[in-house]
Amino acid sequence: MLEIKNLHVKLEEEDKVILRGVDLSIGAGEVHAIMGPNGSGKSTLSYVLAGREGYAVTDGSATLDGADMLAMEPENRAAAGLFLAFQYPVEIPGVGNMTFLRTAVNAQRKTRGEPELSAGDFLKIVREKAKTLKIDADMLKRPVNVGFSGGEKKRNEILQMAMLEPRMCILDETDSGLDVDAMKLVSEGVNALRSEGRSFLVITHYQRLLDHIKPDVVHIMAAGRIIKTGGPELALEVENNGYADLLAEAQ
Amino acid sequence: MAQPQAKTDALAARVAGLAVAGSGWLGAARRDAAVRLSAMGLPSRRDEYWRYTDPVSLTQTVVLPAALFETADEAPAFDGIDRLRLVFVDGVFDPAQSDDPTLAGVEITALRAAGTTDIHWARDLYGVLEARGQTPVQRPLATLNTAHATEGLLIRATGRAAKPVDLIYLRKSETSDAMVHHCIKVEAGAELTVLENGPGAARFTKVMEVDVAEGGRFHHVRVQGRDAERRAATHLFARVGANALFKSFTLTANGRLTRNDAVIELAGHDGVAHVAGAAMGDGDFHHDDTVFMTHAAERCESRQVFKKVLKNGAVGVFQGKILVKPGAQKTDGYQISQSLLLDGASQFLAKPELEIYADDVKCSHGSTSGAIDEVALFYLQSRGVPRRVAQSLLVLAFLAEAIAEIDDEAIAEDIRSRLEGWLARHEG
Ligand SMILES: Nc1ncnc2c1ncn2[C@@H]1O[C@H](COP(=O)(O)OP(=O)(O)O)[C@@H](O)[C@H]1O
Ligand SMILES: [Mg+2]
Repeated sequence: MLEIKNLHVKLEEEDKVILRGVDLSIGAGEVHAIMGPNGSGKSTLSYVLAGREGYAVTDGSATLDGADMLAMEPENRAAAGLFLAFQYPVEIPGVGNMTFLRTAVNAQRKTRGEPELSAGDFLKIVREKAKTLKIDADMLKRPVNVGFSGGEKKRNEILQMAMLEPRMCILDETDSGLDVDAMKLVSEGVNALRSEGRSFLVITHYQRLLDHIKPDVVHIMAAGRIIKTGGPELALEVENNGYADLLAEAQ
Repeated sequence: MAQPQAKTDALAARVAGLAVAGSGWLGAARRDAAVRLSAMGLPSRRDEYWRYTDPVSLTQTVVLPAALFETADEAPAFDGIDRLRLVFVDGVFDPAQSDDPTLAGVEITALRAAGTTDIHWARDLYGVLEARGQTPVQRPLATLNTAHATEGLLIRATGRAAKPVDLIYLRKSETSDAMVHHCIKVEAGAELTVLENGPGAARFTKVMEVDVAEGGRFHHVRVQGRDAERRAATHLFARVGANALFKSFTLTANGRLTRNDAVIELAGHDGVAHVAGAAMGDGDFHHDDTVFMTHAAERCESRQVFKKVLKNGAVGVFQGKILVKPGAQKTDGYQISQSLLLDGASQFLAKPELEIYADDVKCSHGSTSGAIDEVALFYLQSRGVPRRVAQSLLVLAFLAEAIAEIDDEAIAEDIRSRLEGWLARHEG
């Protein structure tokens, strides 16, 4: 599904190198987790995949089912099935959450040559999905993420994911700022979307999210590289011993 | 005050050939205005409220030609709204193209026909609010209009108007120089919506005097013509009575030069006055909103909401004042002026002013200038929304507070769709 090869990324405006050769291969239906210390480049990897400006890819490639992600505009990557749940969801004053969702869903359908959803159908689907995430009518009406609590913002990200039905979902610290109940809601939302044709890349600091969303593969990232890859037990090792041993081992 | 000779000469040249006073009450009002005008002279760049906008093309004798504009496939504003259409062509009322001006709750008379009949309410209004609005800031172009306009409508609402009245200003000439003067009276407890749209003339000088009596409600929604080269100076003078409501919204998209003055007096207790504007400018575009809001009674609420989207060197100006007179306690005054600069070449000049002579009041004002939020743009794109659609959404979001000042949802929707059309035509 997602193939990342030898990806090197620096800041466009500065000589700061952030990713120094990332290799990652995620098969259809798989759940991979990336853990790593702050500043190791996890968010940068997710932004570069989603197409945020300000980064320069100096080497390497990233493809989604063979399509070159890095050559596409962000909206086309989304239409091709890529989704990023932001570490810091963006507030958009003046744009209603519902308008935002409908615009996004229909824009993707249009790009893919599918018919737009009718207002009625859209409303029905969004209400149903919002309910399972405990997102009330008021949150749907309010401007996107404006005045939302940390947990509400993260649930709103999952709602967008559920509406857009992407094939490749990247979750960047979706667990940060969530209490136990919210974490459960979010995890259930994610697990409900797990399927053979859909893959996940879960970026997290903590093992506890991975208790809810069980990964097939765990990667450790440090200083812009994946320094170790293993099974779910690798997450436990980090939880118990921290990164120090792994970092030393990699040196 | 004695005028320098040059100023006197300029005025003489400007009024030469314009219509003269005539008889009856209207003639008297025009003569009075002519006297006031000769004491003032025409505005120049040296005047305090013309510092950001050069009035020369509005005051000079020669009208700069404005090419006629192809509106392509865009329907005229308010096309889908059930309304009474009153049509002007290059500033001349054209009954043949207009609907029958019979409307329950409303009396409509052409200014042209008014001089010979004694329409008492109009006699008490024509030039009266305009003259009141000359203090403390002079607005000579309005006085010029009062002195020389022969076209316009006298509209009186005595009940709840059955539908909006739409003043449609068509333009057929590249050099028309039109002066139109309307008087509107909303009687106690009556309600009226007035719409305006169309370019008017190559040069359009307009005055609208609006008197809203106790408990009356007046709504004004205006779309200033898309013609890229037209020039306009408009003046809205309003007096808002006790418990009355006055709301005015203007959309300006294009035009070489637009100066919109709004001079509003909250004269009775518990009155409400809102003025709002959304301006979209691309390239050779200069747009100036100059607002003077006077609180002269207790417990009144005023809002000024002005938003400008500017690109390719367009210039936006906002000069807005809230004056709270002694005794106007419990005043609630709000003013915001904001620009969204879509590039580094465009410019927004703002001059917000507060002058308060009462102690128990709540007044706030703010002015900002900013670029489009790139982070929000990326967030939208990452959800599959194409960049230009995302940009439109963010521009509309920026304008939302101004559009929210339109109470009628169907009219607001018409405005939104025009904005979307403008954005689509002015991409990149
Ligand atoms: N746009 C940016 N401008 C400046 N520095 C950045 C930018 N994006 C990332 N960085 C830097 O790159 C490094 C990696 O950041 P990030 O990808 O956010 O790491 P992580 O998500 O693993 O905490 C950090 O040192 C961060 O400060
Ligand atoms: Mg991060």
